[in-house]
Amino acid sequence: MLTHLPILQVILPLVAAPSCLIIRRASLVWLFTLGVSIAAFAVSALLLQQVSTSGAITYGLGGWDAPWGIEYRIDLLNAWVLLVVTGISTVVLAAARASVQAEMDQARQTLFYTLYLLCFAGLLGIVATGDVFNVFVFLEISSLATYALIALGRDRRALWAAFQYLIMGTIGATFILIGIGFLYMMTGTLNMADLAQRLPEVSSSSTVLAAFAFIVVGVCLKLALFPLHMWLPNAYSFAPSIVTAFLAATATKVALYLLVRFTFTVFGVQFSLTSLPLQSLFIGLGLAGVFVASVVAIYQVDIKRMLAYSSVAQVGYMVVGIGISSVVAVQATLLHLFNHALMKGGLFLALAGLAYRAGSCHIDAFRGLGRTMPWTMAAIVIGGISLIGMPLTVGFVSKWYLISAALESNLWFVALLVVMGSLVAVVYIWRLVEAAYFQEPAGDQPPVVGEAPLSLLLPTWLLISANLYFGIDTRLPVEVTGAAAQYLFGGAQ
Amino acid sequence: MLLTSLYNYWVVIALMMIGLYMVLAQGNLIKKIIGLNIFQTSVFIFYISVGKVNGGNAPILAHGETIYSNPLPHVLILTAIVVGIATTSLALALVIRIKRAYGSVEERDIQAEDRPC
Repeated sequence: MLTHLPILQVILPLVAAPSCLIIRRASLVWLFTLGVSIAAFAVSALLLQQVSTSGAITYGLGGWDAPWGIEYRIDLLNAWVLLVVTGISTVVLAAARASVQAEMDQARQTLFYTLYLLCFAGLLGIVATGDVFNVFVFLEISSLATYALIALGRDRRALWAAFQYLIMGTIGATFILIGIGFLYMMTGTLNMADLAQRLPEVSSSSTVLAAFAFIVVGVCLKLALFPLHMWLPNAYSFAPSIVTAFLAATATKVALYLLVRFTFTVFGVQFSLTSLPLQSLFIGLGLAGVFVASVVAIYQVDIKRMLAYSSVAQVGYMVVGIGISSVVAVQATLLHLFNHALMKGGLFLALAGLAYRAGSCHIDAFRGLGRTMPWTMAAIVIGGISLIGMPLTVGFVSKWYLISAALESNLWFVALLVVMGSLVAVVYIWRLVEAAYFQEPAGDQPPVVGEAPLSLLLPTWLLISANLYFGIDTRLPVEVTGAAAQYLFGGAQ
Repeated sequence: MLLTSLYNYWVVIALMMIGLYMVLAQGNLIKKIIGLNIFQTSVFIFYISVGKVNGGNAPILAHGETIYSNPLPHVLILTAIVVGIATTSLALALVIRIKRAYGSVEERDIQAEDRPC
C-alpha cells in the first residue's frame, strides 16, 4: 500500500470524478468529494514524511521501469507542492457547500464536483509525474476542467472569460507540446531524469534552445506572468466564488512548480540560468508585473477583480525569486508559493462569504461591512495585511527571504522595488478598510443581513489563522523549502 | 537541398503560422476555433515527421524487415489528437452558450454588449 502512494495521489480523485455522477445527490456528492480530498491530503502528508526521511521516491506505472514506462518521481519539491494543493483543496471544499448551493442550479451542482475533482486530479498529476509528455496530458485535463468550471459563473461574461482562457490556455499547452517534441528529437527520451542527463551534451544546439523557449513561454502563459496575464482577471472575477478560491490558491502554484521543474531539473541550472539571459528577463518581467498589476488593482471597483490583479503581482514576486536564482531566492519563491496560497485562499473564501450575503463583491458592498459582517471583514483585513507583508504574517516571511536574497546578490534596486511594490499593496487594501469601517452603507442599497454562514466562516478563518500561525512559527515551511531549494541546486554545484 | 529534403517541416511551419494568425486576427469565434485546430494539427504532423526513419517500414515484425519507423511519436500524437478533440468540443459548446447569451459569435459585438455593464 505504502509503495503505491505516488499513483494513489493522482488516481484517487481521477476515479472519484466519474463516481460523482453515480451518486448524483448534490449533498452526498459534496461529502464524497470532501472525503476524497481529505484522503488525498493524507496521502500527500505521508509522501512528504517518507521523502524527508528516506529521499526521493520513484514509481514505475504498471510495473514498467523508467525508460520504457511512465515514471512518477516524488522529491521534496513536488511533495511540498502536493501538500499545499491538497491542503488548500480540502479547506476550500469544506467551505464549498453553502456557496455552491447559493450560486448554482441544483442540476449543475453534481457536475460541478465532478469537474472540480477532474481539475484536482490534473493538477496533482502535473506535480507528481516524472515524464514530460505526461505533464502535457495532465495539464490539459486540469485546463479543460478549469474552462468548464469558469463557465459555470452566473454572469454571462463568465462564458466569454472561459472562451478567452480556452484560446490562450490551448496555445500555451500546444507550445509546451512543441517544446517536448523538440526535446524528444534531440534526446530520444521523455523521462525528466533521463532528459536532465542527456541534455547537457546537446545543449548548444538551436533545437534545444527553441525547445526551452517554447516550454518557458507556454508555462508562463499558464502562470499568468506579466505580460501573458490577460486571461486571468476576467477568469477570476466571473468564475463562481469557490472556483476562484481554488484556482487562485492552486492552479498558478502548479504552473510555477512546472517552471521551476523545467528550468532547474530538466534543463539544469547550468543551461537555463548561466548561459541564457533568463535571470534579467525574469527579474525584469517579475518586477514589471508587480508594479503594473498592483497599480491596475488600485483602480478596480470589483474586489474579486482587484485581488485577481494582485495575484498577477504576487506571481511577479515568485518569478523574481527564480530570476535572482540563489538558494535563498529560490527558497523565497517556494515559501511565497505556500504563503500566497494561504493568503489568496483565505481572501477569496472571505469574498465567497460576502457574495453569499450581499450578492456582489463591488466596493460599494463593503460600505459599513465592519459592523454588519465583522468576522468576514476581519478575515479580509488580516489576509490583506499578510498580502502587504507586515511582520507576524506569512507575507512578511517570504518577502524577508526575497529581500535578503536580493541584497546577498548585490541587487539592492531589486530589494528596493520589492519594498515599494508592497507599499502599492497598502493602497488597494486600505480602500477596503476605509469602505468597511469608515463609510456608511449607501442608502439605495439593500442592507447586508448578517454574518456569513458558519460553514463558510470556519474554513476562511482556518486559512487566515494559518497566515498568522506560519508567520510566527516558521519552522515547517522554512525547513522544507530550504531543503528543497538546496536539492534543486544540488545537481549543479 | 534544405528546402526539398525537409519540406515536411516547412509545411508544419506554414500551417502553424496560418493557424496562429487565424486565432489572433479573426473576430468570428468559430473561425478562431478552426485556426486553433489548424495550429494543433501542424504540431501533430511535426511529431509524425519526427518518427519517420528513412527507408523504414511500419513497426511490424515481418520477414527481413530490420529498419522501421519510431512508433512512439505516433502513440503520443494519438493522445494529443484526443486532447484536441476535447478542446474543440468544449470550445464549440462554449460558443453555443455565448450565442444564446449574447446573440452573436463576433468578438466585436460581444465586447460592445459588455461595455455598458
